[in-house]
Amino acid sequence: MYPRWLWPLSALPGVVWLLLLFLLPLYVVVGVAFGSVDPVLLQPIPAWNPLDWNTGWITHVLDQLLPGNVFWDVAVRTCEYVGLSLAGCILIGYPVAYFVARHASRTKNLLLILLVLPFWISYLMRMLAWINLLSPGGYGLRFLSATGISKVLFHLGVISDSSNYLGGQSFTVILGLIYGYIPYFILPLLGASPCRAFWHVTVPLSKTGLLGGAVLITLPMFGDYYTPNIVSGAPTTSMIGNQIDLYFHGGPQPTIGAAITILLSAFLMVLMLYYMRTIHRASREIPA
Amino acid sequence: MSQALARRPARESEFGYTRRLRGWFGNQWGKPRFLVLVTWGYIVWSIVPVLIAIQFSFNNSRSLSIWHGFTLKWYTSTDPNIDSVFHSAELRGALEQSMKLAGLDVLIATPIGVLLALGLARWRGRGSGASNLLMLFPLVTPEIVAGVSLLLLFSQLLTFVPFGTVAQLLGHVTFSISYVVVIVRGRLFSIGRSYEEAAADLGAAPATRLTRVLLPLLLPAIVASAAIVFAISIDDFVISQWLSNGANSTTVPMEIYDATRATPQPSTDGIATVIMVITLLSVVAGVLVYRFFTRGESGRGSAVDDVAGFGI
Repeated sequence: MYPRWLWPLSALPGVVWLLLLFLLPLYVVVGVAFGSVDPVLLQPIPAWNPLDWNTGWITHVLDQLLPGNVFWDVAVRTCEYVGLSLAGCILIGYPVAYFVARHASRTKNLLLILLVLPFWISYLMRMLAWINLLSPGGYGLRFLSATGISKVLFHLGVISDSSNYLGGQSFTVILGLIYGYIPYFILPLLGASPCRAFWHVTVPLSKTGLLGGAVLITLPMFGDYYTPNIVSGAPTTSMIGNQIDLYFHGGPQPTIGAAITILLSAFLMVLMLYYMRTIHRASREIPA
Repeated sequence: MSQALARRPARESEFGYTRRLRGWFGNQWGKPRFLVLVTWGYIVWSIVPVLIAIQFSFNNSRSLSIWHGFTLKWYTSTDPNIDSVFHSAELRGALEQSMKLAGLDVLIATPIGVLLALGLARWRGRGSGASNLLMLFPLVTPEIVAGVSLLLLFSQLLTFVPFGTVAQLLGHVTFSISYVVVIVRGRLFSIGRSYEEAAADLGAAPATRLTRVLLPLLLPAIVASAAIVFAISIDDFVISQWLSNGANSTTVPMEIYDATRATPQPSTDGIATVIMVITLLSVVAGVLVYRFFTRGESGRGSAVDDVAGFGI
């Protein structure tokens, strides 16, 4: 019906763009992580040829990941935060999704709009909102102490200071992560609109239910560094993403940052492949 | 004996109380009140903090926690001591940078994405499978990995690309293309090929079929993806931050981030509110245009379905 060359040609600009600005950069990270460092300028010297690769940085980071070494605590903390946030999202999100899908009939439209709303409010603004609430004298802080929740949390050992939520409290970081990512967890559960499923990327995951929503939020949570920085900012709550951020923006060692990035990507690869397969399958079987 | 008798009524009433409570929550034939409570509780929790942040952008004091009355000064004041959203060079610059990036992102990513969607949906040859995989990868890559990789690309290999607007734009487009592809390709599959085949049977040339048959049918998806790309770009923090060159290329999310790490002011809430309104308006405009173009199509959902469909 059309000339044979038309469709490959049509794909060409996009494919070239992604090769140059998506795939090539990933190779640069590999090159830097397996390269060396200029002893004087401390600048990375990438190794482009796999035969010249120096595995020293990767093994250095792996070594630091062993119990008792620098990255061990951060890695364990990251897994704890992600695990607890995920549990929180399931605990809150599943009943909500179940109710909206099964029971809400008259209010369903309103509920759907309210559930979608947070998507269109900047993540950073939603974190800023918690700074407003939890800073001294803030509504949230006053609510928590007036209801006695602060006291209970303090006695349970969940927070170390019942009047300071914004400095090194793991509780606040996990709260921030749940607050930030839960909308992304709920919508795929809903299988939202039976309608224009193809409009967005997450709905394909609805068929896989809980697992899909979990994968969808786990991936960005493992790379998050801004949430802990905003609601805590203390080294005692830093996650693996904060380490990467520090090695690039705080310290002179992008090579180690690149090595951590490679290891993190390798660690997340199974989830990434699963997610890709789901999007791919679903985008092909969407009915009219 | 008498003691035991005396205690009985008290235990009964306690039992009755818990039973009533259990009945209220656990009656499987009644309304699922527990679920209603959790759902509305969640919705209040998810939205009220943002409303409070909006409220304090109108606070007649520097405080973000104690209300001192209504003012618009954090938006419009020209007083040099007040960093107002529309007159402080820094905040205004951030707004302009965000709008500029989002606008250019839409203009570049949408056509490339539409062409790629067509190519990937219909090209069955060597390389099509790999290209498809390449298109899906950016969707699942954690943002920090994207930020690190582009930072190293522009600092180690393509060093002629300046950090700041150019690098940020290249980054935004790279991570927008795939959204356009997924949306447009979905529409392509649902349209099928019959319209074009009919046009061909009636003697339409390939170019006519593309521009007069396929393009109008794809238009709703193109509009939807443009609105989504705009919103993604406006919201993006990580890529903008990793590829910035300091003060000149600060976007609104970066401005908010920096403020939360120092001392946020009501104008920080203000600029966040402005960007939220812009995002919501672009989404509503997208939905309205989409509905205009798909009017009269069968199987078309309600307006609410469309709005919900706009969730990323």
